[in-house]
Amino acid sequence: MQTFSRKNSSSRSILSASFYQKLYLIRRVEERIRDLYGEDEMKTPMHMSRGGEAIAAGVLEAAGSKSQVFGTYRSHALYLAKTQETDKFFAEMYGKATGTAKGKGGSMHIVSPEAGLMMTSAVVGTTIPVAVGAALANAYKKNGKLVVSFFGDGAVNEGVFWESLNFACVKKLPVLFVCEDNDFAIHSRVQHRAGHKPITEVVSTFYCHTGESATTDVHEIYEKTKDIIGKMRVSGMPGFLHFKYYRYLEHVGVNEDFEAGYRSREEMLPWLARDPLKVQRERLLKIGLEEGEIAAVERRINEQIERSIAKAKKAPFPAKSEYKTDVYAE
Amino acid sequence: MPNKVVSPKRITYEKAIALSLAQEMERDPSVFVYGLDVTDHKKIFGSTKGLEKFPEKRFFGTPLAEDAMTGVGLGAALNGLRPVHVHIRVDFLLLAMNQLANMIAPAHFGSGGKLKVPLVIRAVIGRGWGQAFQHSKSLQSIFVHIPGLVVVMPSNAYDVKGLLASAIRSDNPVIFLEHRWLYWLEGKVPVKPYTIPFGKAKVVRKGKDVTVVATSWMNVEAYKAAEILEKKQGVEVEIIDPRTIYPLDEAAIVRSVQKTGHLIVADYDWAFCGFSAEVAAMISEKCFGILKSPVTRIAFPHTQCATTRPLENEFYPNAVDIIRAIEKKLKLKPTNLKGEEFYSWENRFKGPF
Repeated sequence: MQTFSRKNSSSRSILSASFYQKLYLIRRVEERIRDLYGEDEMKTPMHMSRGGEAIAAGVLEAAGSKSQVFGTYRSHALYLAKTQETDKFFAEMYGKATGTAKGKGGSMHIVSPEAGLMMTSAVVGTTIPVAVGAALANAYKKNGKLVVSFFGDGAVNEGVFWESLNFACVKKLPVLFVCEDNDFAIHSRVQHRAGHKPITEVVSTFYCHTGESATTDVHEIYEKTKDIIGKMRVSGMPGFLHFKYYRYLEHVGVNEDFEAGYRSREEMLPWLARDPLKVQRERLLKIGLEEGEIAAVERRINEQIERSIAKAKKAPFPAKSEYKTDVYAE
Repeated sequence: MPNKVVSPKRITYEKAIALSLAQEMERDPSVFVYGLDVTDHKKIFGSTKGLEKFPEKRFFGTPLAEDAMTGVGLGAALNGLRPVHVHIRVDFLLLAMNQLANMIAPAHFGSGGKLKVPLVIRAVIGRGWGQAFQHSKSLQSIFVHIPGLVVVMPSNAYDVKGLLASAIRSDNPVIFLEHRWLYWLEGKVPVKPYTIPFGKAKVVRKGKDVTVVATSWMNVEAYKAAEILEKKQGVEVEIIDPRTIYPLDEAAIVRSVQKTGHLIVADYDWAFCGFSAEVAAMISEKCFGILKSPVTRIAFPHTQCATTRPLENEFYPNAVDIIRAIEKKLKLKPTNLKGEEFYSWENRFKGPF
């Protein structure tokens, strides 16, 4: 992790700087994926986090480094916020032996169990009960670990979400459900999918804590999450947080898709005006960091990313015999 | 503590399950047992009886939510526990197929070997009586089609205790299928814990004339058929119980067919694209030149199971089907079955065999 050398070193300003580095890392990694995807060397479908970076960064900071996280096929931000590591990440994108899963997982199944990112999945809603099971195990072992389950607003249409929420509430499990709501289940808007009142209102009828926000400010997301985790620790009940964001790019792929006709660029503009990266960069300047200082950190992150990309490109593919290994544990 | 669940030496299949669960739970504090109604007064046909001595976190009932409860098992297993999830009917497991096929089976592979899933899923398979098409299935052929899953079908009290201990200690997800009628079977079962390796078939009965590969309850039917044929036709039937459908002990089957030249697969599942077809294909690849007759499959026909008894009886294969198939194979005259007693819900086989 790159660090600001700091004269202004209050804990809040350190946190602000750390947030910015994570947001920038995620944004920049995905920018480079966008630049390079056309080379057709990263042969894995990309579901980009662009626009939603602050949710991963803010929630995971509040959850703490010991927390365990479960995500979806759109989990670049989760991985990078949790690990700040890019060597294994890019190697996995390039399908190389040095990747997180030796190339067997790719973008949709990026994991780092050692860092606490346990599982991601390309079938909507499917990691939600698994997160609940992980929380059950943590409660069983009384290890104090929190589990965070990330999913999109499409996942709440799945029965398994309700089954999982219900069970977590019955058993009072230490799991925080985080709904990242970009309004679209692929291309289908919420009014075509939800026959119920707003999701947070419905979930609030369960025995759990709830919260919601449409902010793009990573600090607000962090505070909101810290607040609910505090309540969860006291009551022992699970939590549910609903965050609105805007998906800048197409559902799958590295491009914009406003020409497709199902949404307009105009609806993105207010979100762009309060883009999470922009908001945080402005904050850094406001609290006294200098432009040159921020640029230097950005440069170091850029260099880290370029080194990782170069390494990944040079790394070997897994041995062909690997296609039959890891099917069963020894 | 375990002595409460143990009767001396001969115990039923159902008690052997309960004993194995209790012993594994005592041995390893990470083992827990859960599922719909596992704790009620019926205790899954008695197979979870005695576990109420464990604290609630290690033995608990669940909401009706097969999909999520299976995912919960996966999550707990990823975090180092050894869950045993119980289903009173295998048919309910179809509600959990997404977790089984998309999450549990590929978890180890998809993480490049980083994640392990030490999860056991017990399920009771048909038949009872009059259970129709939603409480009668077996489904091993569906589960075993998915790489990453281990599929176990114990056919007797001794095997069920040892194989369940192996399943619980395994670092792989195991589907553990228990036939309802086998619950009555008694057998000599050591009180001391023991394991039985996966992928090791058992020669249930030695014989030189014809090989019958039988799964689960079909071992009982095959054994009955073999006894009758020995007595009335002087025919020696060799019965092979693979015990684990995957991993499959192909060598044991090949060895037997090399001796007899005749193979019948008596499987307790649908024939079409089923486990019986797999064994037939494997033998045609490995023993083509030495087969004295085409491989015969005895399994569920391509229809649904009816409630009414005469149609239910037609659906499930039995000892008579095996006898008739062997007669045809060995060109025997029809065996006189007068006076022979066969098994049914009312005429229970209590074993051992």
